[in-house]
Amino acid sequence: MTTDLRFRGSRPARKALILLIELAFIAYALLIFYPLANMVLSSFKSTRDILRAPFSLPSSIDFANYAAVWIGKGFARYFLNSLWITAASMVLVLLLGSMAAYGVSRYRFRLSTLVYMIFLSGIMLPLKAAIIPLFIIMKKAGLMDNPFSVILIFAAMGLPSTVFILSGFMKSVPMDLDNAARIDGCSDWGIYWRIIMPVVAPAVSLVTIYNAVPIWNDFFFPLVFLQSDRWKTLPVGLTSFFGQYSTNWSLLFTGLSIAVLPVLFLYIFMSKYFIRGMTAGAVK
Amino acid sequence: MSSKDLRKGLWISLFVLPGLALVVSVILVPLFMSLFNSLFAWKQLLRQEYIGFDNFAKIFGTEPYRTRFFNALGNNLRWFVATMLVQNTLGLLFGYLLSRRIPGHGFFKRVIFIPVLFSIVAVGFLWGLYLKPTGLLNGFLRLMGHGELARAWLGQESIATFSIIAVNIWRWVGFPSLVFLAAIDNVPVDCLEAAHIEGAGEGRIFVRIILPLIVPAITVITILTIIGSLNVFEQIYTMTGLDGGPNFSTDAIGTLFYRTAFGSVDSGNPEIGIGSAIGVVIYVLTFGASILTLATMGSKEVEL
Repeated sequence: MTTDLRFRGSRPARKALILLIELAFIAYALLIFYPLANMVLSSFKSTRDILRAPFSLPSSIDFANYAAVWIGKGFARYFLNSLWITAASMVLVLLLGSMAAYGVSRYRFRLSTLVYMIFLSGIMLPLKAAIIPLFIIMKKAGLMDNPFSVILIFAAMGLPSTVFILSGFMKSVPMDLDNAARIDGCSDWGIYWRIIMPVVAPAVSLVTIYNAVPIWNDFFFPLVFLQSDRWKTLPVGLTSFFGQYSTNWSLLFTGLSIAVLPVLFLYIFMSKYFIRGMTAGAVK
Repeated sequence: MSSKDLRKGLWISLFVLPGLALVVSVILVPLFMSLFNSLFAWKQLLRQEYIGFDNFAKIFGTEPYRTRFFNALGNNLRWFVATMLVQNTLGLLFGYLLSRRIPGHGFFKRVIFIPVLFSIVAVGFLWGLYLKPTGLLNGFLRLMGHGELARAWLGQESIATFSIIAVNIWRWVGFPSLVFLAAIDNVPVDCLEAAHIEGAGEGRIFVRIILPLIVPAITVITILTIIGSLNVFEQIYTMTGLDGGPNFSTDAIGTLFYRTAFGSVDSGNPEIGIGSAIGVVIYVLTFGASILTLATMGSKEVEL
């Protein structure tokens, strides 16, 4: 193809250019890897060594820091909280989102455009700006310091993009499928659950990543609504940890490694899905 | 109404209403509550008398709100301009080069996307440590023999905001890169080949063919940058603190809004009225700027 920049068979001037581009990309890759590598290496060093010799290797690999942070400083609990709160929010996002997408894309009814627009309006409205009324509502509902408040907000936050992406996919499924199933005596719920959902399963996996990553990483809403230590999620737990041990850099780097490495490992095995999922809303 | 229509109506309601109820009660009702609340005086969490647009007048005209507000807004503008100029331009360059299938493009593509997955909080704290006077960056500069460049990256008023923006670019540049890559990959190959055969150079092909055809991607990235720049919060919270230090030099609307709502700018108490007014300003700016972008960029879109 004429559009490829291939090294072999190119003229010398072009070879030099390609080499330069390669070097720039390698430099940028180092700019990403080195800070992460240094984070992990520092977690095995003492604070004194981190400050005195920031580029040195740890003298020994000792997981005592990790044990201390994971169990003693509550990171196991923060991690589990993040995990189940994200999972619960995602169940709501996927179930309610796919149902609504099915409703607006497979039925013709008078208000369908209005319903669709209401869902879409949520995409461009920054939910953080609504924190005061949300605070008042949750306080009145007795949901302060209750993970349910955050789960409801996360679910609502994920619905607009989910309805947008899934209804787009569902519209491209031929209506003959529904009609045939209906003639065979399948109920509307059966058509949704046993026929349309399996067909759009790849889109569901896109939407899952698109929403689960921001929910897992969200800081603002858990910060406002979850005060007690037993409900804190990983980002909020990390914040109070940084406030508490601000001078113990050795522990801080351990906490950061615990927060960052699981995501990195997951990404190594599923990078294709993560890239497609995260850019799903912006790429047609 | 026939029983068939009724059944259909019931099924539609069953599918649509649960999600709709959640979106309306968590996104739309709070939006209107913000508008409503911003028109009243407040004593802590209790609504007092109707005062019209006084809260807005206060933000725009009364000290200390006025200085704080315009100082913060100025920083949001810096975020937007710097992100557009550096991050999105770099993203376009990365996306273009990756689309040309340079050796190792699959690997580089995956690598630049890694930090996109990380939480802003973790990235902010990590770089917060590296940018300390005793941190890694200054250590690196000294190692390279450029000790004179070492400084308190987050402690100097003139550069702190740009240090935070740079960290955010490190985290997020992979996103526009891969969005642009996908858009450029979608440009039909025959268009490029035809131009190539006609003798158009690389630069000309990029400017005259690729750029016009990826306008939708540029629009999306611009809108996301507007929304992102107006809503920065975590980056500042983790690197220079809720007060946007030093001396409010990194303060933005997001942090100012949070302080006003929960613990305050003036009296030390939450100020619901002023806070709601700032929230409304965030809505209006985000929505207005996004619509404006859609309108101006929409006219530049070309169909094949």
